[in-house]
Amino acid sequence: MHGFKIHHVLHKKDNTKVEFSPEILSKVQQIIKRYPEGRHKSALLPILHIAQEELGGWLSPAVMDYVASLLSIQPIEVYEVATFYTQFYTQPVGKYVLEICQTATCAACGGEDIMEHLENKLGIKAGETTTDGLFTLKGVECLGGCGYAPVMQVNTEFHEHLTTEKVDALLEELKNNKNADKAKESKWAEKFF
Amino acid sequence: MGRKILLENIDKEGIERFDVYRKHGGYTALEKALKLTPDEVTEEVKKSGMRGRGGAGFPTGMKWSFLDKKSNNPRYLICNADESEPGTFKDRYLIEKLPHLLVEGLIISSYALGVNTCYIYVRGEFKYLIGILNKAICEANANKFLGKNILNTGYSLDIHVHSGAGAYICGEETAQIESLEGKRGNPRIKPPFPALKGLYDCPTVVNNVETLAAVVPIISMGGEEYAKIGTGRSTGTKLISASGHINRPGVYEIEMNISVEEFLMSDEYCGGMKNGKPLKAVIAGGSSVPILPAHLILKTANGENRMMTYESLADGGFATGTMLGSGGFIAYDEDSCIVRNTWNLTRFYHHESCGQCSPCREGTGWMERVLHRLENGEGRMHDIDLLTNISKNIEGNTICPLGDAAAWPVASAIRHFRDEFEFHVKNPGIVKNIKHGSLKKYTV
Amino acid sequence: MPIVTIDNHTIEVPEGTTILEAARKIGGDIVPPTMCYYSKLKGSGGKCRTCLVKVSQGSAKDPRPMPKLVASCSTPVADGMVVQNITSPEVLEARKAIVEFLLINHPLDCPVCDQAGECDLQNLSYEHGANTERYEEDRREYDKVDIGPNIQLHMNRCILCYRCVYTANQIANSRVHGVLYRGDQAEISTYIQNAIDNEFSGNVIDVCPVGALTDKTFRFKSRVWFLKPMNAHRNCTKCSGKVVVWKFGNEIYRVTARKDQFHEVEEFICNDCRYDHKQPEDWTIEGPAKLSKQSVISQNQYGNLKKPSIILPIEHRTEKQE
Ligand SMILES: Cc1cc2nc3c(=O)[nH]c(=O)nc-3n(C[C@H](O)[C@H](O)[C@H](O)COP(=O)(O)O)c2cc1C
Ligand code: SF4
Ligand code: SF4
Ligand code: FES
Ligand code: FES
Repeated sequence: MHGFKIHHVLHKKDNTKVEFSPEILSKVQQIIKRYPEGRHKSALLPILHIAQEELGGWLSPAVMDYVASLLSIQPIEVYEVATFYTQFYTQPVGKYVLEICQTATCAACGGEDIMEHLENKLGIKAGETTTDGLFTLKGVECLGGCGYAPVMQVNTEFHEHLTTEKVDALLEELKNNKNADKAKESKWAEKFF
Repeated sequence: MGRKILLENIDKEGIERFDVYRKHGGYTALEKALKLTPDEVTEEVKKSGMRGRGGAGFPTGMKWSFLDKKSNNPRYLICNADESEPGTFKDRYLIEKLPHLLVEGLIISSYALGVNTCYIYVRGEFKYLIGILNKAICEANANKFLGKNILNTGYSLDIHVHSGAGAYICGEETAQIESLEGKRGNPRIKPPFPALKGLYDCPTVVNNVETLAAVVPIISMGGEEYAKIGTGRSTGTKLISASGHINRPGVYEIEMNISVEEFLMSDEYCGGMKNGKPLKAVIAGGSSVPILPAHLILKTANGENRMMTYESLADGGFATGTMLGSGGFIAYDEDSCIVRNTWNLTRFYHHESCGQCSPCREGTGWMERVLHRLENGEGRMHDIDLLTNISKNIEGNTICPLGDAAAWPVASAIRHFRDEFEFHVKNPGIVKNIKHGSLKKYTV
Repeated sequence: MPIVTIDNHTIEVPEGTTILEAARKIGGDIVPPTMCYYSKLKGSGGKCRTCLVKVSQGSAKDPRPMPKLVASCSTPVADGMVVQNITSPEVLEARKAIVEFLLINHPLDCPVCDQAGECDLQNLSYEHGANTERYEEDRREYDKVDIGPNIQLHMNRCILCYRCVYTANQIANSRVHGVLYRGDQAEISTYIQNAIDNEFSGNVIDVCPVGALTDKTFRFKSRVWFLKPMNAHRNCTKCSGKVVVWKFGNEIYRVTARKDQFHEVEEFICNDCRYDHKQPEDWTIEGPAKLSKQSVISQNQYGNLKKPSIILPIEHRTEKQE
């Protein structure tokens, strides 16, 4: 039977100082200006995306408090939002988050087998991260690519018509890439927001 | 060959660029619209009879006429690009290939509604679309079709792209508004409706990507011409996302006058069932609509051909019909397990419930746990009626339609495939040993 | 002004009045039960769905019935509207279902719960619940979260009515707790270790319809029906100072706000009055407090009603108040 215990980590207050670079900060200001005067809270989701990318790969309490201060809102307002949306990670994750669609069409076309294959291959269960910190495995709901099932998203990239061979090749590629500098994505915020 | 209106130019090399789009007649509908009054534009949309393409099928012209134009507050248009309904992937396709078509549609629609700020709410997983849209918006701006004083008409409009972050419920219009305000995606309690009090408590219209893109051909050809395409109250063309056990999955533009059988079997569309296996069931309009067995999706209960139209798919009500919904067409072959599929969808709704109202918050989880047992050979006969009853208790009693969307797949699967549920109860040994990959709790 | 008919009672109410408020004006059995709506908290309501009613005629202008049951607490009346509450079997059936939903993951730990005897969920299930339990799955259990020295949080009992969140926003004007996560994993918590501490924060205890938020300083934990609730007041610079003191003999066990017949506080009180004044000489006693008619204690329901099996048997001794 389904276990039904709910463990949500109660975080410690974290006073680590975090900050965006001046370049990112100006991007953030630009985003805030998209919303009417006094409605800056609207910028919360885009800024959390950027904060997660730029400030350590997940939303630590310190990062969220920083975002709250940028938008002059109460920290709890950020916690409430961050825990609602599945793309925000409130726990550390691997460098590559392998998000495998488990819904409807993907499930009917082998998405669950891909998940099982990855679990075996990486030696972790869905929801866990490899000890080298490289991969986190995550089942997700429909990614809007059902016609190309089974589908997986790795960070912002879509991978479609998955087979076990394709997945293996991708893992190799990502592994070999592991020391590659993040430089190629340094314009991440610019590109997507 | 069906007539293509939205996707007419989709194969033109470089059509995502302004100059190419323009060369193929892009932005002429906008030029035409700006010569009309806003009310005249709305009138054309009304005449077209077009119904919203986001799922509910509400006539767009009528929706626009509800917008409170007396209020002194600014008005907003939100383009719903959250596309998260399982089985649906048309909006993404349209934006990726034809971003300028959407931008043009947004400008025309905003003009008709007297809107000066428009937001496109893109689901967080589609970040790459944000770059594409921003580029198109920039180009339109540079060419004076957008921004201050568009084509010297005195009309100004800004379009901003906003990103979601992983929540199906933010496709529901009031949840989307909350999310756009930087909050949790909790749907609002209605009334008041967005047309009176929406984004920032101002009058707001939320429309689907395809709906807003279709405004372009409506203005180009005129509402009356558009209304001649299709049948009955299903006017125009509709994008169908076809997936599942078919030979040619993909996005197809159909005139709403072809039969389901033609859509499924013709090489122009789905190209028939994969590996020639018999069809078992179809979810015709995205995961939220009732599933139908092969015989009922191909023919109505009266033995008429089932057509790909709002009316024909709904023929027979919930007893023997379904809905066109968002046009997410999923075909299942004879090897598919309906119980497992129902559990899968219920898990989806359970996972996506915002948790505000008790029937949906508690009911979706309850159904999922019962279905999970059934699927794993631990079900009991009375579970089947229990499921029907839980779904009935959720339906109609919730804040937003997600509750209904969670209830219908369960109710319809049991209605049409009861024997399969009973099989699972009677043969625990067999069902336990069927392997479907491993699926467990998997949230991070 | 619109005229509305609810269960055959007709009343004229100001424009914008909700069906629920109109029904409360009529009073009596036809008032729909509420678990999340709170007239003193802006934006509350609409969530629990216990107040569902049937609108069998929309208005004089458009007499069509509404397509489904509506939440009376958040649906405004229209002129000529006809509403059915207890005269509609459909409504009673739906309400039974809602009670069931609220209970499937409820721990049913009434015997050890401080709220027992003054719990809206307990009252609701007595009046509207079914007699049999159909839920055979595991119940949800949350980890314990400590939210400070004054308030005890038992998340397992929470029905996510959001009242405490609105209270912190509107009455206490700063908020460190909220609703986190979503769906049936949603949780009231502070996210980071934190204490809910603010001059008016204690009011979350009074607004909580169940035993999810209780008074940690409630001395010598006692069953409320052993206590004598007395209206009392003191000169307070922060609030009205009008409270109910709950006495056992001469001792004050706890202090709460006064509640009206719908179980809502009349005036919010400050933490000073609530936690720091428990000496008899702190208060001027006015006389016995009137208990809400819905209260299990005041109705002596323990004695009269057949208990739905879904509620665990409660060791009890009834004591008629007043
Ligand atoms: C749970 C839920 C999810 C929805 N998701 C979407 C969606 O992803 N995209 C969309 O366009 N409409 C979605 N809708 C429908 C919208 O609420 C709204 O009706 C639609 O955007 C209106 O646009 P239209 O009139 O152009 O169809 C959803 C509705 C519900 C209840
Ligand atoms: S029906 Fe479900 S998703 Fe909609 S408001 Fe209620 S809990 Fe949230
Ligand atoms: S803790 Fe109490 S007041 Fe707060 S949401 Fe839960 S039940 Fe409501
Ligand atoms: S079901 Fe996997 S992308 Fe839609
Ligand atoms: S009291 Fe109306 S929905 Fe809760």
